[in-house]
Amino acid sequence: MEVPILKQGLYLIASIQSALTDADLLQLREALIERVGRFRSRGVIVDVTALDVMDSFAVRTLRDIAHMARLRGAETVIVGIQPDVAFAMVQLGLSLKGVATALDLEEGLAFLDRGGAPKRVRG
Amino acid sequence: MVRKPSNPEAPPETQPHSEATAALLRELVALLRQNRTQLREEWARRITHAQLLTAMSEQEIFAEATSVYDNYVEALETGTFEALQAYARNLSERIIPRGVETHEVVGIVLLLRDVLARSLFAKYHEDFEKLNRILDAYEPAANRIANTVAVGFVQERERIIRQQQEAIRELSTPVLQVRERLLILPIIGVIDPQRARQLTEQLLQAIRTNRAKVVVIDITGVAAMDANVANHLVQTVEAARLLGATVIVTGLSPEIAQTLVTIGVDLSEMSTVGDLQGGIEEAERLLGYKVVLLAEVVPKG
Repeated sequence: MEVPILKQGLYLIASIQSALTDADLLQLREALIERVGRFRSRGVIVDVTALDVMDSFAVRTLRDIAHMARLRGAETVIVGIQPDVAFAMVQLGLSLKGVATALDLEEGLAFLDRGGAPKRVRG
Repeated sequence: MVRKPSNPEAPPETQPHSEATAALLRELVALLRQNRTQLREEWARRITHAQLLTAMSEQEIFAEATSVYDNYVEALETGTFEALQAYARNLSERIIPRGVETHEVVGIVLLLRDVLARSLFAKYHEDFEKLNRILDAYEPAANRIANTVAVGFVQERERIIRQQQEAIRELSTPVLQVRERLLILPIIGVIDPQRARQLTEQLLQAIRTNRAKVVVIDITGVAAMDANVANHLVQTVEAARLLGATVIVTGLSPEIAQTLVTIGVDLSEMSTVGDLQGGIEEAERLLGYKVVLLAEVVPKG
């Protein structure tokens, strides 16, 4: 299933709605990295609220997205990791070190607003 | 998986009584009804004599004995055990808090069985063949009744124990909000792996529900910590970060500090502050709070 990517001012928001295959994840990575350049985005938010499982490939892809987006000039925030998922991740040693995380979409936007990215263009 | 058909053949106890057995049971029930007062008194007397149910007064024993007796006879008569089961549960609920033990409950039920059996001997001792048939009808039902009451009691006990364990566990790990978006988690006592796990779950859940940004974990009350628990703490900090919250650990005792460094737990990812006060101040700074004395803000007079 393809993940919809929304453009919101200077940010891109990818909201994952259901479990993703490895191919879907790679497709998401490519689409995000491409659009960061096309829309001159300064921030990327990946919302994983709907995921109740995250395997090593998903975690690695999210980390890759963050690092690649940074190289293209955008800060990435992963939002909405469920408590169970978070604990399972650290127990399995899947870390998102060096990647910003936030409670939910709202917090993620607030983080990007604070984090040196220019003010969002509204309206 | 093939589902087994539920109960293709009813177990022997619930099989409809054969006509002869039913007639015998009816006779038995009539007999028990007829001698109700005398048998109840005999039973209550023997309970007191055997020093069972010492937590209860004689009047109470007699009152309960009456109810159990009536339920017992009813179960014999109808062959259904729901009412007796419900009564046994209800009785257990009342007497467990008063310290009644399992052996007492089993004891009184066996006593009743004995009292009734003796009354049957007394009544039919001349007709040995009839006595045999009556006992054949009586014994399985009586066993089942004793079983039902004893199991009901034990189940109720276990339910209470489970409930209390749950309560203790919840009490032992309060997650408290001290300011908007700031939680503190004071840990007191021994942390075993199970408690550590539960602590983490509660904390992560609380971070989500309270939308916390900063969490102060205070371990002043923890006397010792081994490598497993320390690693678990590190994992908790990391998991909290994945939910977007920063964790500050405070109150590491000199012993724990020495242990952790000696056994080489990697605490580089953890921010620690000496005491709880310092931790809360640091958390307030992270959240952008500034605490000032009113006297400094409002001019005097």
